[in-house]
Amino acid sequence: MPLHEKDAPIRVLIAKPGLDGHDRGAKVVARALRDAGMEVIYAGLRQTPEEIVRAALEEDVDLIGLSILSGAHMALFPKVLQLLKREHAGDIPVFAGGIIPDEDARRLRKAGIRAIFGPGSSLEEIVSTARKLARTAQ
Amino acid sequence: MTGPARLPASARAILEGDRRALARAISEAEDDRPGAAAVARALYARTGKVPIVGITGPLGVGKSSLINLLVNRLRELDRTVGIIAVDPSSPYTGGSVLGDRIRFERSATDAGVFFRSMASRGEAGGVAAATREAARLMEAAGFDVILVETVGSGQVDVAIRNIATSSVVVLVPHLGDEVQTLKAGLFEIADVFCVNKADLPGADLARRDLRELVGLGARAGGWSAPVVATSTQPPSGIEELWNAVDAHEQFLDKTGQREVDERRRLSVEIVERVRGEVGRALSQRLEHDPELKGLLDRVVARSIDPRTAADRLARPVARGR
Repeated sequence: MPLHEKDAPIRVLIAKPGLDGHDRGAKVVARALRDAGMEVIYAGLRQTPEEIVRAALEEDVDLIGLSILSGAHMALFPKVLQLLKREHAGDIPVFAGGIIPDEDARRLRKAGIRAIFGPGSSLEEIVSTARKLARTAQ
Repeated sequence: MTGPARLPASARAILEGDRRALARAISEAEDDRPGAAAVARALYARTGKVPIVGITGPLGVGKSSLINLLVNRLRELDRTVGIIAVDPSSPYTGGSVLGDRIRFERSATDAGVFFRSMASRGEAGGVAAATREAARLMEAAGFDVILVETVGSGQVDVAIRNIATSSVVVLVPHLGDEVQTLKAGLFEIADVFCVNKADLPGADLARRDLRELVGLGARAGGWSAPVVATSTQPPSGIEELWNAVDAHEQFLDKTGQREVDERRRLSVEIVERVRGEVGRALSQRLEHDPELKGLLDRVVARSIDPRTAADRLARPVARGR
């Protein structure tokens, strides 16, 4: 099927806030989303919440995925959500992946993180959730 | 008549520096959504004045890192910068990983820079169909210089010359004989040559080879492309690189070459748009319009050949009616 006959591709920002250097998971997810036909803006390691929000706005993404393994998620994720709201972009859904204890995950969901994927999540699950989040936001 | 009050709200927001409005307008242009044409129409008369600098060259020569340093240099000169970085789309899924942002290290608070990644979306030639309109939108939003990073290019990926006012072809030492093969195609579009990774052995040789090739003939209007050596780790030659681009921009103004180039670029743009639109409509009709389906049937049955069928369809346009 020629490109123009499809819906416009979903644009998704994948970023790693915080100081850990483990980007394997983020890269695997980026690749899976690409293979699902999405345009993945890969912002790379050690992004500040400010940089992430700026990238999301300039790239006009439908969705933001954050990956973190450093344990700083309780500080950094709410900060991203707060900055998005301040920029009148609270409508962009944010999902997350990494090592996040259940209790933290509950609180982050309450704070507005739309989906959280721990170790062992299947790529199919991540892709279909991402697609659903992006399509309901558009 | 053309006062800001008459503009569509989104066009007005872009002129007022609303970054999200700019970002959305670029997406609309990429997706070819209905709103895109109105915004493009409203802003067109205000564009065409800033340098659009294409940064092109093979995969892995350091284009993204160079752009990062060029942006720093331009900010030192107090000029604001819009960046469009194009990466390829998968021909199989349409998906893409756009990774040029990784090399980009600006402070998150500098409003004088706007970085946009763009997937090529099936377009050959090193840029995307919407790259040109995105550059115009950035100009309308007030950016002083637009930098366009192409897809890692092969010899024939020269579409950047239909967008950029200055094209920088980036090479590295030890492309060796490849530099010779680049003589046609990519080599011909260079307004400035950049030998990056000049700290590597062989850089002097690469520069000399390029200088010799440049010496073989000046291009339209008498411009002869300078060869600049740069390095990004640690940075060197970046000032010289920008000065070379700037010299070319001044040359364009002094000689009147800018109008000549712009006229050619716009002619190409119109032809491309018509080709795209007519092509899309024709593909549809060959599938659904009984008369054209019949024509295709005859080509399939080998009773007429494709060239004859195409001539028949193209004749009214080619004749100018």
